[in-house]
Amino acid sequence: MSSPDNGFLRQNRRVSKVASTTLRDSLSVSLTVGAYGVAFGAAAVANGFSVLQSCLLSLLTFSGASQFAVVGVMGAGGNPISAIATASLLGFRNGLYGVIMAPRLKVRGIKRIIAAQITIDESTGVALNQESRGEDAMRHGFYLTGFGVFIFWNLFTLAGALGAQAMGDIRAWGLDAAVPAAFLGLVWPRLITKRDRAIAISAVALALALTPILPAGLPIIATAFIAIAVGLRR
Amino acid sequence: MSAIWIATIGTSVIAFLLKYSGHSIPERFLSNPKIQRINALIPIALLSALVGVQTLTEKSSLIIDHRLAGVGVAVIALILKAPFPVVVLSAAITSAAIYNWF
Repeated sequence: MSSPDNGFLRQNRRVSKVASTTLRDSLSVSLTVGAYGVAFGAAAVANGFSVLQSCLLSLLTFSGASQFAVVGVMGAGGNPISAIATASLLGFRNGLYGVIMAPRLKVRGIKRIIAAQITIDESTGVALNQESRGEDAMRHGFYLTGFGVFIFWNLFTLAGALGAQAMGDIRAWGLDAAVPAAFLGLVWPRLITKRDRAIAISAVALALALTPILPAGLPIIATAFIAIAVGLRR
Repeated sequence: MSAIWIATIGTSVIAFLLKYSGHSIPERFLSNPKIQRINALIPIALLSALVGVQTLTEKSSLIIDHRLAGVGVAVIALILKAPFPVVVLSAAITSAAIYNWF
């Protein structure tokens, strides 16, 4: 497309376009994540958490996979130690994201505490997607997505938890199948190579084989050794 | 304090410490490629294990029931590249239908 703009206008338009692309990326990610928030709120209540506990997990833990894991392990009858350990293994990657983001954000004190709390898959992912647009765009993407996801995730958690609480028998509503389906939806995009799929299938097999033998929760943690063994080998 | 409260608070505290320590430690500590690789594989193992346990177990025994049908439909939805809400809803509807009518 050709246009008769002079250089100044073109440049201005480019500047505003950078911001709007970043905003669009951030907003679309934040809204999509809301759907997972409903699923999480419902899953938490289905697994015996109160609405308050469900909402506190979203406010304080604020990391989807860890939150699903802690309610999943407790729901399967696990003790809190297994639940915390499983959730923490999944939360470890947020620490790695912090290592990537810290040199770009350069914040201290209370701002670092806030930045740390919103350091998750989505905020880091959108920030890294803005890399070609410069460090400012990366910071905008990080904060817009981090705060956006935080707001929607928490609102939708509340909605999902209240909805599930109103349901009564969760099995009659299919919630007991919706929870593993949500886990499946989380893991599916990660199954890219043949090796990934082999790990997934081995993990299911190992966890099921150990379920009758070990206390609840441990069969799930045990599958981390598959990941460690494969990761160390190559 | 109930077990669920311990899990809620404990998970939250450790989740924040993990995030905060990432912002505070030198980059070289976690740049080891083995650590990066294991970190990428751990979610695959743990989340898959959770799918298996939540679909096919009840307390400490293995069981096949309405949930497996729901999750089976979710697999089909994912193969057809359906968006996340469709995956979850199709699983719930299938499972609920079987639970209520059989």
